[in-house]
Amino acid sequence: MLNITLYLLQRVSAAMMVPFVLVHLVVMIIAVNGGLTATEILSRTQGSLVWMLFYGGFVIAVSIHAAIGVRVIAYEWFGLNGRWLSVFTWTVGALLLFTGLQAVHAVTATPL
Amino acid sequence: MPDTSELTVTIQRGDQHDQHMDTFTVPAFSNQTVLDVVSWIQQNEDPTLTYRFACRVGMCGSCAMMVNGVPRWTCRTHVKNALKGQYLEIAPLRNLPVIKDLVTDMDPFFDKWIDAEGHHHASLTRNDEFAAITPTNPKRMTANEGIECINCAVCYSACDTVKNNAEYLGPAALQRAWTLLNDDRDEQDETIIDAVSGSSGCHNCHSMGSCTVYCPNELDPMSAIAGLKRETTKRALRRRR
Amino acid sequence: MKKVSRSHPLWFAYCLHRASGLALVIFLPVHFWVLSLALNRQAQLDSLLRFTDHPLVKCAEFGLVFLLAVHCFGGLRLLALEWLPWSSQQKTFAAIAVAGAFLVSTLFLLQAL
Repeated sequence: MLNITLYLLQRVSAAMMVPFVLVHLVVMIIAVNGGLTATEILSRTQGSLVWMLFYGGFVIAVSIHAAIGVRVIAYEWFGLNGRWLSVFTWTVGALLLFTGLQAVHAVTATPL
Repeated sequence: MPDTSELTVTIQRGDQHDQHMDTFTVPAFSNQTVLDVVSWIQQNEDPTLTYRFACRVGMCGSCAMMVNGVPRWTCRTHVKNALKGQYLEIAPLRNLPVIKDLVTDMDPFFDKWIDAEGHHHASLTRNDEFAAITPTNPKRMTANEGIECINCAVCYSACDTVKNNAEYLGPAALQRAWTLLNDDRDEQDETIIDAVSGSSGCHNCHSMGSCTVYCPNELDPMSAIAGLKRETTKRALRRRR
Repeated sequence: MKKVSRSHPLWFAYCLHRASGLALVIFLPVHFWVLSLALNRQAQLDSLLRFTDHPLVKCAEFGLVFLLAVHCFGGLRLLALEWLPWSSQQKTFAAIAVAGAFLVSTLFLLQAL
Protein backbone atom coordinates (compact mmCIF):
# COMPACT_ATOMS: atom_id res chain seq x y z
CA MET A 1 0.00 0.00 0.00
CA LEU A 2 2.92 2.29 -0.55
CA ASN A 3 2.70 3.77 -4.00
CA ILE A 4 5.25 5.91 -5.83
CA THR A 5 4.10 9.14 -4.18
CA LEU A 6 4.29 7.88 -0.61
CA TYR A 7 7.59 6.16 -1.43
CA LEU A 8 9.07 9.42 -2.73
CA LEU A 9 7.84 11.41 0.26
CA GLN A 10 9.37 8.82 2.56
CA ARG A 11 12.74 8.76 0.81
CA VAL A 12 13.00 12.52 0.29
CA SER A 13 12.10 13.31 3.92
CA ALA A 14 14.66 10.69 4.97
CA ALA A 15 17.41 12.22 2.84
CA MET A 16 16.53 15.70 4.16
CA MET A 17 16.89 14.47 7.72
CA VAL A 18 20.41 13.08 7.44
CA PRO A 19 22.09 16.46 8.03
CA PHE A 20 19.44 17.37 10.61
CA VAL A 21 20.11 14.21 12.59
CA LEU A 22 23.88 14.54 12.45
CA VAL A 23 23.85 18.16 13.59
CA HIS A 24 21.29 17.38 16.31
CA LEU A 25 23.46 14.55 17.64
CA VAL A 26 26.54 16.77 17.78
CA VAL A 27 24.60 19.59 19.49
CA MET A 28 23.17 17.12 21.99
CA ILE A 29 26.53 15.70 22.89
CA ILE A 30 27.99 19.15 23.41
CA ALA A 31 24.96 20.40 25.34
CA VAL A 32 24.77 17.42 27.65
CA ASN A 33 28.31 18.06 28.88
CA GLY A 34 28.26 19.25 32.46
CA GLY A 35 24.55 18.74 32.94
CA LEU A 36 21.56 20.20 31.23
CA THR A 37 19.40 23.07 32.42
CA ALA A 38 16.55 24.98 30.87
CA THR A 39 18.51 28.22 31.02
CA GLU A 40 21.44 26.64 29.21
CA ILE A 41 19.25 25.34 26.39
CA LEU A 42 17.35 28.58 26.04
CA SER A 43 20.47 30.74 26.06
CA ARG A 44 21.43 28.96 22.88
CA THR A 45 18.13 28.76 21.11
CA GLN A 46 15.94 31.58 22.33
CA GLY A 47 15.28 34.26 19.76
CA SER A 48 17.34 32.43 17.17
CA LEU A 49 15.95 32.38 13.65
CA VAL A 50 18.54 29.84 12.58
CA TRP A 51 17.54 27.31 15.22
CA MET A 52 13.88 27.93 14.50
CA LEU A 53 14.35 27.18 10.82
CA PHE A 54 16.60 24.22 11.57
CA TYR A 55 14.32 22.53 14.05
CA GLY A 56 11.19 23.62 12.22
CA GLY A 57 12.42 21.91 9.08
CA PHE A 58 13.44 18.88 11.11
CA VAL A 59 9.96 18.62 12.65
CA ILE A 60 8.21 18.87 9.28
CA ALA A 61 10.44 16.20 7.75
CA VAL A 62 10.06 13.84 10.70
CA SER A 63 6.28 14.27 10.74
CA ILE A 64 6.06 13.13 7.12
CA HIS A 65 8.61 10.35 7.47
CA ALA A 66 7.29 8.90 10.72
CA ALA A 67 3.63 9.08 9.64
CA ILE A 68 4.35 7.06 6.50
CA GLY A 69 6.53 4.68 8.50
CA VAL A 70 3.83 3.89 11.03
CA ARG A 71 1.32 3.66 8.19
CA VAL A 72 3.26 0.69 6.85
CA ILE A 73 3.46 -0.90 10.31
CA ALA A 74 -0.25 -0.34 10.97
CA TYR A 75 -1.10 -2.05 7.69
CA GLU A 76 1.38 -4.91 7.78
CA TRP A 77 1.22 -5.83 11.44
CA PHE A 78 -2.23 -4.68 12.50
CA GLY A 79 -4.20 -5.03 9.28
CA LEU A 80 -5.51 -1.47 9.35
CA ASN A 81 -6.77 -0.57 5.90
CA GLY A 82 -8.83 1.76 3.75
CA ARG A 83 -10.12 4.98 5.22
CA TRP A 84 -9.04 4.20 8.78
CA LEU A 85 -5.48 3.69 7.62
CA SER A 86 -5.49 7.17 6.08
CA VAL A 87 -7.08 8.66 9.18
CA PHE A 88 -4.41 7.00 11.32
CA THR A 89 -1.59 8.23 9.08
CA TRP A 90 -2.80 11.82 9.03
CA THR A 91 -3.41 11.77 12.79
CA VAL A 92 0.12 10.61 13.56
CA GLY A 93 1.54 13.18 11.16
CA ALA A 94 -0.57 15.98 12.61
CA LEU A 95 0.27 15.02 16.19
CA LEU A 96 4.00 15.05 15.50
CA LEU A 97 3.78 18.29 13.55
CA PHE A 98 1.72 20.06 16.20
CA THR A 99 3.71 18.94 19.24
CA GLY A 100 6.96 19.40 17.36
CA LEU A 101 6.26 22.92 16.20
CA GLN A 102 5.02 23.76 19.69
CA ALA A 103 8.37 22.59 21.07
CA VAL A 104 10.27 24.58 18.43
CA HIS A 105 8.28 27.66 19.36
CA ALA A 106 8.89 27.04 23.06
CA VAL A 107 12.66 27.00 22.71
CA THR A 108 13.14 29.59 20.00
CA ALA A 109 10.52 32.20 20.71
CA THR A 110 11.93 35.60 21.53
CA PRO A 111 11.50 36.26 25.23
CA LEU A 112 8.94 38.93 25.98
CA MET B 1 22.08 -40.90 20.62
CA PRO B 2 19.65 -40.32 17.72
CA ASP B 3 18.93 -43.36 15.60
CA THR B 4 20.50 -42.41 12.28
CA SER B 5 18.83 -45.23 10.39
CA GLU B 6 15.43 -43.61 10.82
CA LEU B 7 13.92 -40.18 10.35
CA THR B 8 11.02 -38.66 12.22
CA VAL B 9 9.03 -36.73 9.65
CA THR B 10 6.11 -34.43 10.47
CA ILE B 11 3.90 -33.40 7.57
CA GLN B 12 1.15 -30.81 7.46
CA ARG B 13 -2.14 -32.32 6.28
CA GLY B 14 -5.55 -30.97 5.50
CA ASP B 15 -6.70 -27.98 3.53
CA GLN B 16 -6.94 -24.23 3.88
CA HIS B 17 -9.47 -24.35 6.69
CA ASP B 18 -8.55 -27.45 8.61
CA GLN B 19 -4.92 -28.38 9.18
CA HIS B 20 -3.15 -30.89 11.37
CA MET B 21 0.26 -32.51 11.55
CA ASP B 22 0.94 -36.23 10.94
CA THR B 23 4.15 -37.90 12.04
CA PHE B 24 5.85 -40.76 10.23
CA THR B 25 8.96 -42.83 10.81
CA VAL B 26 10.92 -43.12 7.58
CA PRO B 27 14.01 -45.25 6.91
CA ALA B 28 17.09 -43.16 6.26
CA PHE B 29 19.24 -43.81 3.21
CA SER B 30 22.64 -42.44 2.37
CA ASN B 31 21.54 -40.53 -0.73
CA GLN B 32 18.10 -39.27 0.08
CA THR B 33 16.29 -36.12 -0.87
CA VAL B 34 13.27 -34.70 0.89
CA LEU B 35 11.22 -35.57 -2.19
CA ASP B 36 12.35 -39.18 -1.74
CA VAL B 37 11.07 -39.02 1.84
CA VAL B 38 7.68 -37.63 0.84
CA SER B 39 7.36 -40.21 -1.95
CA TRP B 40 8.31 -43.03 0.41
CA ILE B 41 5.59 -41.99 2.85
CA GLN B 42 2.98 -41.80 0.12
CA GLN B 43 3.99 -45.14 -1.37
CA ASN B 44 4.52 -47.11 1.85
CA GLU B 45 2.65 -45.47 4.71
CA ASP B 46 -0.17 -43.22 3.58
CA PRO B 47 -1.46 -43.28 0.02
CA THR B 48 -3.75 -40.35 0.80
CA LEU B 49 -0.81 -37.95 1.08
CA THR B 50 -1.03 -35.39 -1.73
CA TYR B 51 2.01 -33.58 -3.12
CA ARG B 52 3.38 -32.20 -6.39
CA PHE B 53 6.51 -33.06 -8.32
CA ALA B 54 7.45 -33.49 -11.96
CA CYS B 55 11.02 -33.51 -13.25
CA ARG B 56 12.64 -34.50 -9.88
CA VAL B 57 15.96 -33.12 -11.19
CA GLY B 58 15.74 -29.46 -10.17
CA MET B 59 14.41 -27.90 -13.36
CA CYS B 60 10.68 -27.44 -13.01
CA GLY B 61 10.17 -26.12 -9.48
CA SER B 62 6.99 -28.17 -8.92
CA CYS B 63 8.23 -29.86 -5.76
CA ALA B 64 8.77 -26.65 -3.78
CA MET B 65 7.70 -27.01 -0.13
CA MET B 66 8.58 -25.66 3.31
CA VAL B 67 11.27 -27.90 4.80
CA ASN B 68 12.01 -27.15 8.47
CA GLY B 69 10.76 -23.63 7.90
CA VAL B 70 12.70 -22.98 4.69
CA PRO B 71 11.09 -22.87 1.22
CA ARG B 72 13.09 -25.20 -1.02
CA TRP B 73 12.93 -27.55 -3.99
CA THR B 74 12.56 -30.88 -2.23
CA CYS B 75 14.14 -32.81 -5.11
CA ARG B 76 17.33 -30.80 -4.66
CA THR B 77 17.38 -30.85 -0.87
CA HIS B 78 19.44 -33.64 0.58
CA VAL B 79 17.93 -34.86 3.82
CA LYS B 80 21.24 -34.51 5.62
CA ASN B 81 21.32 -30.79 4.74
CA ALA B 82 17.85 -30.13 6.07
CA LEU B 83 17.63 -32.38 9.14
CA LYS B 84 17.33 -30.98 12.63
CA GLY B 85 18.74 -33.89 14.59
CA GLN B 86 16.63 -36.62 13.04
CA TYR B 87 13.54 -34.43 12.53
CA LEU B 88 12.07 -33.10 9.36
CA GLU B 89 9.03 -30.87 9.26
CA ILE B 90 7.43 -30.55 5.85
CA ALA B 91 4.66 -28.12 5.03
CA PRO B 92 3.12 -26.57 1.92
CA LEU B 93 4.60 -23.33 0.59
CA ARG B 94 3.81 -20.32 2.76
CA ASN B 95 1.71 -17.37 1.57
CA LEU B 96 -0.43 -19.49 -0.76
CA PRO B 97 -3.84 -21.09 -0.12
CA VAL B 98 -3.64 -24.81 0.61
CA ILE B 99 -5.65 -27.14 -1.62
CA LYS B 100 -4.69 -30.35 0.14
CA ASP B 101 -1.72 -31.45 2.25
CA LEU B 102 1.41 -30.21 0.48
CA VAL B 103 -0.34 -28.84 -2.60
CA THR B 104 -1.00 -25.11 -2.78
CA ASP B 105 -3.15 -23.07 -5.10
CA MET B 106 -0.73 -21.26 -7.38
CA ASP B 107 -3.41 -19.02 -8.91
CA PRO B 108 -2.73 -15.96 -6.71
CA PHE B 109 0.93 -16.18 -7.67
CA PHE B 110 0.19 -16.31 -11.38
CA ASP B 111 -2.55 -13.67 -11.15
CA LYS B 112 -0.04 -11.27 -9.65
CA TRP B 113 2.39 -12.11 -12.45
CA ILE B 114 -0.21 -10.83 -14.91
CA ASP B 115 -1.12 -7.86 -12.71
CA ALA B 116 2.52 -6.80 -12.80
CA GLU B 117 2.31 -6.87 -16.62
CA GLY B 118 4.77 -9.75 -16.62
CA HIS B 119 3.96 -10.71 -20.17
CA HIS B 120 5.26 -9.59 -23.51
CA HIS B 121 3.80 -6.44 -25.05
CA ALA B 122 4.43 -6.35 -28.77
CA SER B 123 3.38 -3.93 -31.46
CA LEU B 124 5.68 -4.76 -34.35
CA THR B 125 4.35 -6.79 -37.26
CA ARG B 126 6.13 -9.19 -39.58
CA ASN B 127 6.57 -6.28 -41.98
CA ASP B 128 8.61 -4.20 -39.52
CA GLU B 129 12.31 -4.45 -38.86
CA PHE B 130 12.98 -6.47 -35.72
CA ALA B 131 14.69 -4.80 -32.77
CA ALA B 132 18.42 -5.42 -33.11
CA ILE B 133 19.74 -6.27 -29.68
CA THR B 134 23.32 -7.31 -29.04
CA PRO B 135 24.11 -9.67 -26.15
CA THR B 136 26.49 -7.11 -24.64
CA ASN B 137 23.89 -4.35 -24.57
CA PRO B 138 23.71 -3.28 -20.88
CA LYS B 139 19.93 -3.40 -20.73
CA ARG B 140 19.95 -6.86 -22.29
CA MET B 141 22.49 -8.03 -19.73
CA THR B 142 20.33 -6.62 -16.92
CA ALA B 143 17.30 -8.42 -18.33
CA ASN B 144 19.28 -11.67 -18.67
CA GLU B 145 19.92 -11.70 -14.94
CA GLY B 146 16.27 -12.34 -14.23
CA ILE B 147 14.93 -14.38 -17.13
CA GLU B 148 15.68 -17.83 -15.71
CA CYS B 149 12.82 -17.63 -13.27
CA ILE B 150 10.69 -20.78 -13.47
CA ASN B 151 7.82 -19.52 -11.31
CA CYS B 152 8.42 -21.95 -8.47
CA ALA B 153 7.14 -19.45 -5.85
CA VAL B 154 9.97 -20.11 -3.38
CA CYS B 155 10.75 -16.37 -3.26
CA TYR B 156 7.06 -15.56 -2.85
CA SER B 157 6.91 -17.92 0.12
CA ALA B 158 10.07 -16.60 1.68
CA CYS B 159 8.97 -12.97 1.58
CA ASP B 160 7.61 -11.53 4.86
CA THR B 161 6.17 -8.55 3.02
CA VAL B 162 4.04 -10.91 0.92
CA LYS B 163 2.90 -12.46 4.17
CA ASN B 164 1.96 -9.14 5.75
CA ASN B 165 0.61 -7.42 2.65
CA ALA B 166 -1.98 -9.48 0.79
CA GLU B 167 -2.04 -7.29 -2.30
CA TYR B 168 1.74 -6.99 -2.74
CA LEU B 169 2.69 -8.35 -6.16
CA GLY B 170 5.74 -10.18 -4.84
CA PRO B 171 9.34 -10.69 -5.89
CA ALA B 172 8.84 -13.05 -8.84
CA ALA B 173 6.23 -10.96 -10.62
CA LEU B 174 8.20 -7.77 -10.07
CA GLN B 175 11.43 -9.34 -11.27
CA ARG B 176 9.71 -10.40 -14.49
CA ALA B 177 8.34 -6.86 -14.92
CA TRP B 178 11.91 -5.57 -14.55
CA THR B 179 13.25 -7.95 -17.21
CA LEU B 180 10.55 -6.84 -19.63
CA LEU B 181 11.23 -3.19 -18.89
CA ASN B 182 14.81 -3.80 -19.96
CA ASP B 183 13.77 -5.78 -23.01
CA ASP B 184 13.85 -3.54 -26.05
CA ARG B 185 11.45 -5.85 -27.84
CA ASP B 186 8.76 -5.01 -25.28
CA GLU B 187 6.96 -1.92 -26.45
CA GLN B 188 4.94 -0.82 -23.45
CA ASP B 189 7.26 0.55 -20.79
CA GLU B 190 4.62 2.91 -19.42
CA THR B 191 2.15 0.07 -18.92
CA ILE B 192 4.67 -1.86 -16.88
CA ILE B 193 5.70 1.22 -14.89
CA ASP B 194 2.09 1.98 -14.02
CA ALA B 195 1.46 -1.60 -12.98
CA VAL B 196 4.37 -1.63 -10.53
CA SER B 197 3.82 1.90 -9.16
CA GLY B 198 0.47 1.31 -7.57
CA SER B 199 -0.35 0.45 -3.99
CA SER B 200 0.52 -3.21 -4.59
CA GLY B 201 3.75 -2.46 -6.39
CA CYS B 202 7.48 -2.42 -5.96
CA HIS B 203 7.53 0.35 -3.34
CA ASN B 204 6.25 -2.04 -0.69
CA CYS B 205 9.49 -3.98 -0.78
CA HIS B 206 11.52 -3.56 2.39
CA SER B 207 14.67 -5.11 0.92
CA MET B 208 14.86 -7.84 3.51
CA GLY B 209 16.32 -10.00 0.79
CA SER B 210 14.82 -13.39 1.64
CA CYS B 211 13.85 -13.76 -2.01
CA THR B 212 17.45 -13.52 -3.14
CA VAL B 213 18.73 -15.69 -0.29
CA TYR B 214 16.33 -18.54 -1.06
CA CYS B 215 16.01 -18.47 -4.86
CA PRO B 216 17.11 -21.95 -6.02
CA ASN B 217 18.16 -20.52 -9.38
CA GLU B 218 20.35 -17.94 -7.64
CA LEU B 219 18.44 -15.02 -9.09
CA ASP B 220 18.23 -11.65 -7.37
CA PRO B 221 14.66 -10.34 -7.25
CA MET B 222 15.58 -7.80 -4.57
CA SER B 223 17.95 -5.99 -6.93
CA ALA B 224 15.38 -6.20 -9.71
CA ILE B 225 12.86 -4.50 -7.43
CA ALA B 226 15.47 -1.86 -6.53
CA GLY B 227 15.82 -1.27 -10.26
CA LEU B 228 12.06 -0.80 -10.54
CA LYS B 229 12.17 1.72 -7.68
CA ARG B 230 14.88 3.68 -9.49
CA GLU B 231 13.06 3.60 -12.79
CA THR B 232 9.66 4.56 -11.37
CA THR B 233 11.24 7.43 -9.42
CA LYS B 234 13.12 8.77 -12.45
CA ARG B 235 9.97 8.73 -14.55
CA ALA B 236 7.85 10.29 -11.83
CA LEU B 237 10.35 13.11 -11.41
CA ARG B 238 10.58 13.60 -15.16
CA ARG B 239 6.82 13.91 -15.40
CA ARG B 240 6.74 16.58 -12.76
CA ARG B 241 9.16 18.79 -14.58
CA MET C 1 2.11 -21.49 12.52
CA LYS C 2 4.51 -21.68 9.61
CA LYS C 3 7.86 -20.10 10.26
CA VAL C 4 10.44 -19.21 7.68
CA SER C 5 14.08 -19.44 8.64
CA ARG C 6 15.16 -15.87 8.48
CA SER C 7 18.59 -15.78 10.00
CA HIS C 8 20.29 -13.72 7.35
CA PRO C 9 21.81 -10.25 7.75
CA LEU C 10 19.42 -8.30 5.55
CA TRP C 11 16.44 -9.63 7.47
CA PHE C 12 17.97 -8.58 10.79
CA ALA C 13 18.65 -5.17 9.27
CA TYR C 14 14.98 -4.92 8.29
CA CYS C 15 13.88 -5.84 11.83
CA LEU C 16 16.28 -3.40 13.44
CA HIS C 17 15.22 -0.61 11.12
CA ARG C 18 11.55 -1.17 11.86
CA ALA C 19 12.04 -1.57 15.62
CA SER C 20 14.22 1.53 15.90
CA GLY C 21 11.76 3.58 13.86
CA LEU C 22 8.85 2.46 16.01
CA ALA C 23 10.72 3.21 19.23
CA LEU C 24 11.67 6.66 17.97
CA VAL C 25 8.13 7.54 16.91
CA ILE C 26 6.88 6.59 20.38
CA PHE C 27 9.63 8.63 22.06
CA LEU C 28 9.23 11.76 19.96
CA PRO C 29 5.93 13.16 21.32
CA VAL C 30 7.32 12.80 24.85
CA HIS C 31 10.48 14.61 23.78
CA PHE C 32 8.46 17.42 22.16
CA TRP C 33 6.23 17.81 25.20
CA VAL C 34 9.18 18.09 27.59
CA LEU C 35 10.78 20.74 25.39
CA SER C 36 7.54 22.71 25.15
CA LEU C 37 7.73 23.25 28.91
CA ALA C 38 10.53 25.73 28.17
CA LEU C 39 8.02 28.40 27.29
CA ASN C 40 6.05 28.86 30.48
CA ARG C 41 7.10 26.15 32.88
CA GLN C 42 10.84 26.34 33.07
CA ALA C 43 10.92 25.16 36.65
CA GLN C 44 9.18 21.94 35.65
CA LEU C 45 11.57 21.56 32.72
CA ASP C 46 14.54 22.02 35.03
CA SER C 47 13.30 19.40 37.46
CA LEU C 48 12.77 16.96 34.57
CA LEU C 49 16.26 17.71 33.29
CA ARG C 50 17.70 17.03 36.73
CA PHE C 51 15.83 13.74 36.65
CA THR C 52 17.72 12.87 33.48
CA ASP C 53 21.01 13.04 35.38
CA HIS C 54 20.14 9.69 36.92
CA PRO C 55 22.45 6.96 35.53
CA LEU C 56 19.57 4.77 34.42
CA VAL C 57 18.16 7.63 32.40
CA LYS C 58 21.60 8.22 30.93
CA CYS C 59 21.59 4.59 29.83
CA ALA C 60 18.18 5.04 28.27
CA GLU C 61 19.44 8.15 26.49
CA PHE C 62 22.38 6.24 25.14
CA GLY C 63 19.88 3.66 23.92
CA LEU C 64 17.93 6.37 22.12
CA VAL C 65 21.07 7.80 20.52
CA PHE C 66 21.94 4.31 19.36
CA LEU C 67 18.47 3.75 17.91
CA LEU C 68 18.64 7.06 16.08
CA ALA C 69 22.09 6.27 14.68
CA VAL C 70 21.06 2.76 13.69
CA HIS C 71 17.90 3.99 12.00
CA CYS C 72 19.75 6.77 10.20
CA PHE C 73 22.59 4.56 8.96
CA GLY C 74 20.22 1.72 8.18
CA GLY C 75 18.27 4.18 6.09
CA LEU C 76 21.42 5.28 4.29
CA ARG C 77 22.15 1.61 3.63
CA LEU C 78 18.70 1.27 2.04
CA LEU C 79 19.21 4.36 -0.10
CA ALA C 80 22.59 2.98 -1.22
CA LEU C 81 21.08 -0.44 -1.94
CA GLU C 82 18.37 1.09 -4.09
CA TRP C 83 20.41 3.74 -5.85
CA LEU C 84 24.08 2.75 -5.98
CA PRO C 85 25.58 -0.07 -8.03
CA TRP C 86 27.24 -1.83 -5.07
CA SER C 87 26.60 -5.41 -4.11
CA SER C 88 24.23 -5.83 -1.20
CA GLN C 89 26.84 -7.52 0.96
CA GLN C 90 29.24 -4.64 0.50
CA LYS C 91 26.59 -2.18 1.48
CA THR C 92 25.63 -4.06 4.63
CA PHE C 93 29.23 -4.19 5.73
CA ALA C 94 29.67 -0.55 4.89
CA ALA C 95 26.68 0.41 7.01
CA ILE C 96 27.85 -1.74 9.90
CA ALA C 97 31.28 -0.18 9.68
CA VAL C 98 29.95 3.34 9.61
CA ALA C 99 27.46 2.74 12.40
CA GLY C 100 30.11 1.08 14.49
CA ALA C 101 32.51 3.93 13.89
CA PHE C 102 29.85 6.42 14.77
CA LEU C 103 29.06 4.60 17.99
CA VAL C 104 32.67 4.41 19.03
CA SER C 105 33.28 8.04 18.27
CA THR C 106 30.14 9.09 20.11
CA LEU C 107 31.16 7.16 23.18
CA PHE C 108 34.57 8.72 22.97
CA LEU C 109 33.14 12.17 22.65
CA LEU C 110 30.80 11.66 25.58
CA GLN C 111 33.72 10.51 27.68
CA ALA C 112 35.96 13.32 26.58
CA LEU C 113 33.54 16.10 27.27
